[in-house]
Amino acid sequence: MMQFMLLFSRQGKLRLQKWFSAYPDRVKKKTTRELITLVLARKPKMCSFLEWKDLKIVYKRYASLYFCCAIERDDNELLTLETIHRYVELLDKYFGSVCELDIIFNFEKAYFMLDEFLLGGEVQETSKKNVLKAIAAQDLLQEDDALQDVLVEYGLL
Amino acid sequence: MPTVKGDGMRGLAVFISDIRNCKSKEAEIKRINKELANIRSKFKGDKTLDGYQKKKYVCKLLFIFLLGHDIDFGHMEAVNLLSSNKYTEKQIGYLFISVLVGASSDLMKLVIQSIKNDLVSRNPIHINLALHCMANVGSREMADSVGGDIPKLLTSGETIDSVKQSAGLTLLRLQRSSPEMIPLGEWTSRIIHLLNDQHMGVVTSATSLIEALVRKNPDEYKSCVSLAVSRLSRIVTASYTDLQDYTYYFVPAPWLSVKLLRLLQNYPPPEDPSVRTRLTECLETILNKAQEPPKSKKVQHSNAKNAVLFEAINLIIHMDSDPNLLVRACNQLGQFLQHKETNLRYLALESMCLLATSEFSHEAVKKHQDTVITALKTERDVSVRQRAVDLLYAMCDRSNAEEIVGEMLEYLESADYSIREEMVLKVAILAEKYAVDYTWYVDVILNLIRIAGDYVSEEVWYRVIQIVINRDDVQGYAAKTVFEALQAPACHENMVKVGGYILGEFGNLIAGDPRSSPLVQFQLLHSKYHLCSPNTRGLLLSTYIKFINLFPEIKTSIQEILGSDNNLRNPDVELQQRCIEYLQLSTVASPDVLATVLEEMPPFPERESSILAKLKKKKPTATAEGGEEKEKEPRTIPQAQVSTAEPAAPVPLQPVGNTAPAANTGGAIDLLGLDTAPAPAAPAASSGLGFLVDVFGDQPATNGVDDDSLTPGAEENFKKFFCKQNGVLFENDLLQIGIKAEYRQNLARVGVFFGNKTTFQFTNFTSNLVLADSIKSAVSVQPKAVDPVVDGGAQVQQLFNIECIDNFTDAPLLKISFTHSGQMQKLNLKLPVIISKFLEPAEMNSEAFFTRWKALSQPEQECQKIFKAQFPQDTEQVKQKVLGFGLSILQGIDPNPDNFVSSAILHTRNQQVGCLVRLEPNKQMQMYRLTIRSTKPEISKALGDLLETQF
Repeated sequence: MMQFMLLFSRQGKLRLQKWFSAYPDRVKKKTTRELITLVLARKPKMCSFLEWKDLKIVYKRYASLYFCCAIERDDNELLTLETIHRYVELLDKYFGSVCELDIIFNFEKAYFMLDEFLLGGEVQETSKKNVLKAIAAQDLLQEDDALQDVLVEYGLL
Repeated sequence: MPTVKGDGMRGLAVFISDIRNCKSKEAEIKRINKELANIRSKFKGDKTLDGYQKKKYVCKLLFIFLLGHDIDFGHMEAVNLLSSNKYTEKQIGYLFISVLVGASSDLMKLVIQSIKNDLVSRNPIHINLALHCMANVGSREMADSVGGDIPKLLTSGETIDSVKQSAGLTLLRLQRSSPEMIPLGEWTSRIIHLLNDQHMGVVTSATSLIEALVRKNPDEYKSCVSLAVSRLSRIVTASYTDLQDYTYYFVPAPWLSVKLLRLLQNYPPPEDPSVRTRLTECLETILNKAQEPPKSKKVQHSNAKNAVLFEAINLIIHMDSDPNLLVRACNQLGQFLQHKETNLRYLALESMCLLATSEFSHEAVKKHQDTVITALKTERDVSVRQRAVDLLYAMCDRSNAEEIVGEMLEYLESADYSIREEMVLKVAILAEKYAVDYTWYVDVILNLIRIAGDYVSEEVWYRVIQIVINRDDVQGYAAKTVFEALQAPACHENMVKVGGYILGEFGNLIAGDPRSSPLVQFQLLHSKYHLCSPNTRGLLLSTYIKFINLFPEIKTSIQEILGSDNNLRNPDVELQQRCIEYLQLSTVASPDVLATVLEEMPPFPERESSILAKLKKKKPTATAEGGEEKEKEPRTIPQAQVSTAEPAAPVPLQPVGNTAPAANTGGAIDLLGLDTAPAPAAPAASSGLGFLVDVFGDQPATNGVDDDSLTPGAEENFKKFFCKQNGVLFENDLLQIGIKAEYRQNLARVGVFFGNKTTFQFTNFTSNLVLADSIKSAVSVQPKAVDPVVDGGAQVQQLFNIECIDNFTDAPLLKISFTHSGQMQKLNLKLPVIISKFLEPAEMNSEAFFTRWKALSQPEQECQKIFKAQFPQDTEQVKQKVLGFGLSILQGIDPNPDNFVSSAILHTRNQQVGCLVRLEPNKQMQMYRLTIRSTKPEISKALGDLLETQF
């Protein structure tokens, strides 16, 4: 299973963190620091996998953002690269050419999307269509909420 | 500001922009504190907030937390959001809980209640929210109170697919965190049959769940094998259009395929012949597809396709039964070894390591030896080179050992520092394991010492000596070779050790040659003596006494050395004692006695190579995969039952004196006849030292400090720091060393200040922190280097960031050396970083104190000391010390106002330990009674030992 996923910028700023097992906060902070330094120090042509403690790190850079996953010994490195890619595709489709700023300003959406795609450190749904459908259904409820707010405001409800 | 999706909380977006516009960290913190104050006042204010506002503030708190700041309020508001009838509010509430609320929170009961409500919602989206939260938090309490409903949700025909998917993985998470909470017995068959579900997403999620359940209970889930095989078969034979959106870049359902292939790796090859044939066909199809031209040039296509291929190869290796498949897998990996993608080369090297361990494919792997060696030499990424080393190690057998070891030795000269030590171990193991001719083995080890002496651990050179002692066919050769190696003008100290030991035992075998006559041997060894550490010198002294027995003709030359002032009055007690004893032995003992006492060492008992044990310790998983597990080659050195594996140090190294009696493992003392020649040990040593100091009166006494012993006064100064953080650790005419330390939980920042008191420069200034083996795993240190030049009158600072991982008793050693007016100065000081520094005072009332005190009533949890006061029993001073030590002073607990009652929490990375302390002064008797209780006996004891020295 995937243990955690980190998104950080080339400047080393953490943009998203998802932990699939319970870790104490200071372990999280330490791990994040260590991995950001480790990954940022690697050169472009290097291999996307590295051993780290008893985990395997799989990372890939998209424009200014690094996506970095920690998986267990038995897990498949290449497929993890594609798990990252699929997540990027989902974000891209939803935001329309996603950029770092989208993730900063809509971090909660990025989390909701991740929950539809990965759960408990395992891939839940690989169909892009189905994940986006689920998110669209959430957005629809959101609009209902918004409509309700307006109606309340105008004293119609 | 980019557009905000959905309903957009404007306030949030503005806040995020503000943070992004902050020019400095300070400005950011200021802005955040302002926001936190604002939110806190809103939450506390009289005006009830509406849902939208609550959501907005909770979301801001979440953002602040994700920036890395601590959040200590807002949890209740987040929990309130869970019961909102608006979806977005609920959703933010759950997100906050998932990210920020630990499983142990008091609020969990309320959260669980909301989850229960949402699980029975008519709206599947609400159900999923609740499931996602459970899967994210995954606490026992959740498993216990709601977990039981999940299997039903997962298998019911009425549940919609998306909910089933989430339910499957939620159940998986709960099973992982508390497996016994949700009995699945009655659901087993229905869960297995999810593999047949029409919805690929449901199958994907269920396969992960089933795999986890299979690992715990393979028999119960056995029937999943045939279902998994048929599902896999349907996928691999599908055309990429069949599976629609589950096809990923022309690869049909790669995630599900990999999961199914993993699932099958939990079982032996299927027994049912038809299932077995079908599986073989699947694996063949996957291998065939790898040979087809790619359907897309995109890397996603090749990654997905190869992900399935590698998993199929893992399964083939796991089954280890079909030679045809194994050889095909090996050929496929062989192609990848030269692929342009670094990732594929890396994975191919890794998988081939496994193939090398199968008897069917071992030979096929060996065909790629040259490619792997090229990889070792040319790969630009050290992690790939590391894989190449692993593979060479795994593919090594008697037929290619000489070549592989040769290549590894050659590579070692330029190898990355990070992998040298491991490579040395691997070379040493291979050379021993596959040596046909032990002269080769001796050559290899001496080469190792020559090329990478610093990385040759004790185990390695102990082992070569054990082997030489045990094999008489190699002793003459070994003596000749070490003799030659020692002639190099600069040779590594490890070489001197091996050389000294071997010549001491077998120097006679080459003494016939005038070029290596006894005197030449002795002079050669002695020419290295002064360059060596005390440890090695001790070993050489033993060699010398052995020479007296082997070569009586050079006895006088040796006695001269043993009797020299330099040796007899050596400030190192151990060396001094050896010289005195050996000198005495050589004078009083008759040749017969001498011959008996100094006889050749008896063979060492055969045991598992301690090198192997070390490698296993270093890389538990890598060696498990590695080649040495398979015993296809008969071992020339039979492995004895794994004895207690104390590193078998060749005897002369063991201390002769009674300074460290614990280290003597029999034999040595009797052999040397200590009984007949009682050692004038300690008094002589100290008077000798005094003499030295007197003679060189105007030099700092520290001059004579050898490698490891403490500078005089270091211990006393060290103790002064037990109850304070800052002060002067050392001072003499040249140098003042100050300490300034800050501690936070299990972390420490220790600044060491070196002040040059002279008007001259210190050059070659070094200061290193050395951790004894006993504390290496308990303390981690990040030192900052210090400038090698300290100008006259200047002060330089060195900073150490230290983390306490576990309890430890030995303080780190600070080794300082520098040159002043052409004189080398050395100082060995104890850095006052001790376990008690990681105490945090804790407050508690009398009731809580006594409850805890009583709970810690097992005898080993308590440490009690009764001791005489060393300092005036002034209440105020004692109080300051207690506080300085890191303990609280609790009032109103002990009826006697003179007594001190304290509590504290000890922080290490691995654990937090609560400690209770009671200190009772008895002023009439000038005594103290100290009682410490904690859950960990070793901690009670450690604190007791430290505190006892302070009053």
